[in-house]
Amino acid sequence: MAANYRISGHGRLAQAKTARFSFDGRSFAGVQGDTLASALLANGVHLVGRSFKYHRPRGILSAGAEEPNALVQIVRDAARKTPNVRATVQELYDGLTAHSQNRWPSLAFDIGAASDRAGGMFSAGFYYKTFMWPKAAWKAFYEPRIRAAAGLGVAPDQPDPDHYASRFAHCDVLVLGGGAAGIAAALAAAETGVRVILCDEQAEFGGALRFEAGASVDGANGWAWAQATVAKLAAMDNVRVLPRTTAFGYYAQNFVGLVERISDHLARPGDGLPRERLWQVRAKRVILATGSIERHMVFADNDRPGVMLASAARTYLNHYGVAVGRNVGVYTANDTAYAAAIDLKKAGVNIAAIVDLRDNPSSPAVDEARALGIEVNHGRAVIRAGGKLRVSSMTIQPKTGGGERTIPVDALLMSSGWTPSVHLFSQSRGKVAFDDATKRFLPGSYAQDCVSVGACNGTDDLTATVDEAYAAGEKAARDFGGKAVKSLRPKAVSTESFAGNMLGAGPGAGLDKPVKAFVDFQNDVTAKDIRLAVKEGMRSIEHVKRFTTTGMATDQGKTSNMHGLAIAAETLGKEIPEVGLTTFRAPYTPVTFGAIVNHGRGALFDPTRKTATHAWAEAHGAVVEDVGQWKRAWYFPKAGEDMHAAVNRECVTVRKSAGLFDASTLGKIEVVGPDAAKFMELLYTNPWEKLDSGRCRYGIMLREDGFIYDDGVVGRLAPDRFHVTTTTGGAARVMNHMEDYLQTEFPHLNVWLTSISEQWAVIAVQGPNSRKIIEPLAEGIDMSDEAMPHMSVREGKICGVPTRLFRMSFTGDRGFEVNVPADYGLAVWEALWAEGQKHGACAYGTETMHVLRAEKGYIIVGQDTDGTVTPNDTGLDWAVGKKKTDFVGIRGLTRPDLAAPGRKQLVGLKTKDPKIVLEEGAQIVADPKQPVSMKMIGHVTSSYWSENCGRSIAMALVADGRAMMGKTLYVPMPNSVIEVEVCSPVFFDEKGGRLNG
Amino acid sequence: MLLIRCPYCEEERPELEFRNAGEAHIARPSNIAATSDEDFEKFFFIRSNPKGIIFERWRHMHGCARFFNAVRDTVSDKFVMTYKAGEPKPDLAAIAESGPAAWANRPPDQLNVKKPAAKRKTIKKGEA
Repeated sequence: MAANYRISGHGRLAQAKTARFSFDGRSFAGVQGDTLASALLANGVHLVGRSFKYHRPRGILSAGAEEPNALVQIVRDAARKTPNVRATVQELYDGLTAHSQNRWPSLAFDIGAASDRAGGMFSAGFYYKTFMWPKAAWKAFYEPRIRAAAGLGVAPDQPDPDHYASRFAHCDVLVLGGGAAGIAAALAAAETGVRVILCDEQAEFGGALRFEAGASVDGANGWAWAQATVAKLAAMDNVRVLPRTTAFGYYAQNFVGLVERISDHLARPGDGLPRERLWQVRAKRVILATGSIERHMVFADNDRPGVMLASAARTYLNHYGVAVGRNVGVYTANDTAYAAAIDLKKAGVNIAAIVDLRDNPSSPAVDEARALGIEVNHGRAVIRAGGKLRVSSMTIQPKTGGGERTIPVDALLMSSGWTPSVHLFSQSRGKVAFDDATKRFLPGSYAQDCVSVGACNGTDDLTATVDEAYAAGEKAARDFGGKAVKSLRPKAVSTESFAGNMLGAGPGAGLDKPVKAFVDFQNDVTAKDIRLAVKEGMRSIEHVKRFTTTGMATDQGKTSNMHGLAIAAETLGKEIPEVGLTTFRAPYTPVTFGAIVNHGRGALFDPTRKTATHAWAEAHGAVVEDVGQWKRAWYFPKAGEDMHAAVNRECVTVRKSAGLFDASTLGKIEVVGPDAAKFMELLYTNPWEKLDSGRCRYGIMLREDGFIYDDGVVGRLAPDRFHVTTTTGGAARVMNHMEDYLQTEFPHLNVWLTSISEQWAVIAVQGPNSRKIIEPLAEGIDMSDEAMPHMSVREGKICGVPTRLFRMSFTGDRGFEVNVPADYGLAVWEALWAEGQKHGACAYGTETMHVLRAEKGYIIVGQDTDGTVTPNDTGLDWAVGKKKTDFVGIRGLTRPDLAAPGRKQLVGLKTKDPKIVLEEGAQIVADPKQPVSMKMIGHVTSSYWSENCGRSIAMALVADGRAMMGKTLYVPMPNSVIEVEVCSPVFFDEKGGRLNG
Repeated sequence: MLLIRCPYCEEERPELEFRNAGEAHIARPSNIAATSDEDFEKFFFIRSNPKGIIFERWRHMHGCARFFNAVRDTVSDKFVMTYKAGEPKPDLAAIAESGPAAWANRPPDQLNVKKPAAKRKTIKKGEA
């Protein structure tokens, strides 16, 4: 039976409904409004996990996002198993199922805890020292074992079934943190009508008012004021209030990433609700009201379950109505822990003793504690905690040494002071400054339009915090045109101060003691580890961090960084600022990949582009392949055909009769203007001025370095108008390349460039019967060889719609490309298909297109070229205008290395065994018997089975290849060496007669 | 995500609308075919890689599509200014005076916030 630590009449959840939950298979009852941590503590459960390295039993340290210990796995269903959830922020819902992590076989008895006793082996940097010998053991033994033992929690093994939302937002004032400071700042700005966003990571606003029992604002209880004010803000049109929303990243120009948790706290989220929402907010000003985080004390065995932050115990009592123990010890170096002791004492919990490291502390809190009859031991330290699965005692000693005394406790509260949360300020690239008087880093110089208020700015009491925050809100409102309103500055009253700081190891973790006094709980880093790191030569805190792993992992050292720094500084004999502070990086707390990716997954990962005939192709059985963002028909198998059979049939049919191919994905650019020809002369290697209207030319585009950038057929429609085609993949970059030169190098040319890739659908009709298929449908175009020779273009109509009809061929057979407005693409395709059927034509896809062009030795830029290939290398020198004085790449082509012998040249390869099809990318050698590594003289760029040739064909780039015609070369493969003969890259119809066939 | 001011659209737009286009103020020689190997090397291959201020070209790809020039600090990734293509290289000394408002540094003491340091009490030796 679980014990009941809920104290009636305390906390704010008294009227709440019961929520059942299970932890490690045991069933418990909590109440709505609990966190998993408060519900466990209410049942007397402190032991919730095992530590990462030593597998030490761990409890709940905190009551918030800084929690390093209480990490659990929350399981909703087979696909929803979230690891490393902080029990302190997981809101309880009815039916919640949680499991502890990092233990086997059970939490109370864990085999891995042997590493705790073998502690010497696991000292700081043990990875770098321990697994060095024998060398072979690393791969076979150490690495697999380490990998099995590493990691926290278990990653889900199914795709995430939840969906995640995303919003962009703009505002005048973004307030990060919804404690007293954030609320006051938001209120001041909101009243003037400026646009305000207020967010807080917790379910309810109020921050430290959650536990600060004595605070009041405008005469009301502080917490009640917070709730009422936030409700008022939420009702205002110019304010957006976001609870459960963490500001995780502060980026340039006041761009802040927020993640809103929408359904993780619901028992049944329902299908429609996203799990989380990513907010990308651009604010004119950011008000940082991020508060501060309490630190623990560093002494031996300070990690025993039941040892926790004083403010956490106070939160569990004052908000959740839960006592963390019945006989509680307190160890502190400031006043705030006294308040926890006082509240607990008043609630009927025995305070065994307060141990205060300070000599003769005097303050109202100390007096009140004494007046309540609490034993206060000053000038003393807790040097050791007793117990294993739960703290059972604290051993105290005067800090100057002397007699020890052991006091039984069942919970031990500690506080060494408060660390201002400068994480987001630091992420904004503001520089923190060390305040020597209070031993803490505070916002120093600002890099962006933001301001820090309250505890994160080092303001230690509530009255000053509210004043400061309200003033910052008023100032922002004035700066951004808020209307003048009568100031309603809230008056806050509190007797408490968060001042007082103690950094580093206490006497219980002294130099001469071989004890485990934890600085960083999550990474099991002790004071000794940090001293050892310094002793072994680490000088910068960045080195110490990496060597010891202090401040790493999911909590990013929120409680540990300052202690680690102080111990390192002390060991080095330096001041803290000299040792430096590690960099604060986003995210502040872990953010799911789901939230960041949000809608951009599956079909929405990348845009999908489909041509006008896509549905037709799918209906006719096409197998589709991805070409960049395009979906293209790959081949059209008939019943019973595999890819090989389909492609062979398509290849033969095109050359025998005709084939239809959707070439719409080709890039198309219209170059128009009085200087269009001049511009073409500069951008392409070919001469254009003398090309007649109505004629086409194959153009090559180079980069300035002389290498081929793109190619395509260009039609001159009129003296001032060119229809340029580019490769499918090159469409966008060629347009960019042209615009770049037109705008910046040749702005004197009077030319307009228009991308028309998506305006025109392109249907290639190729093969001896191509003219017969198109002619009946074309209007106003004489398609005879005399009137419309190869490489010409005509404008007219087809099927009643406008067309730009190109006579051109990428197959080597007579061919046309029918351009029609994209909206008519499908209708014209279907009409051409119907005509084609009369002649036995087929539809073919990209694979057949590739084979047919390779039979003719036509290159594909990007397949047969790779950005280091010149026109001469590919045998296309004829396309470079010899009389031209300028074009992009003209100077590059004369670079010595581009004209030198030994360049790789495009050739054909025939395998000695015609049945063997080479692998594309395979390397070519002259002598297969040479020892490895062999001298490679080239590589295969294209290789196919050619049914038309009755053999395999291949193209290759081979050093000085054109001088090797007829020679035998070798392609070494893993299991054999393939003999090949160098030949012309034109395998079919070498004379080219079929272009008019 | 940065905001970049397009000098043609005359407004700040999100970084996603822009593409970097390499270093600025490198003009293509008008007689490029006749340039020496050394001059061509300088023009085509050699680029500065400064730690600090760089002059570079950007294109408002998904906006007006114009190429323009920008002065950016490679250390802070801050755009100091942008200007139209063809305009002369700005004077660096003049730039330092006029950064864009969004990056302006407003320390707390200019935000009618009381300086927290003023009331920080000193801590006795031995406590820290």
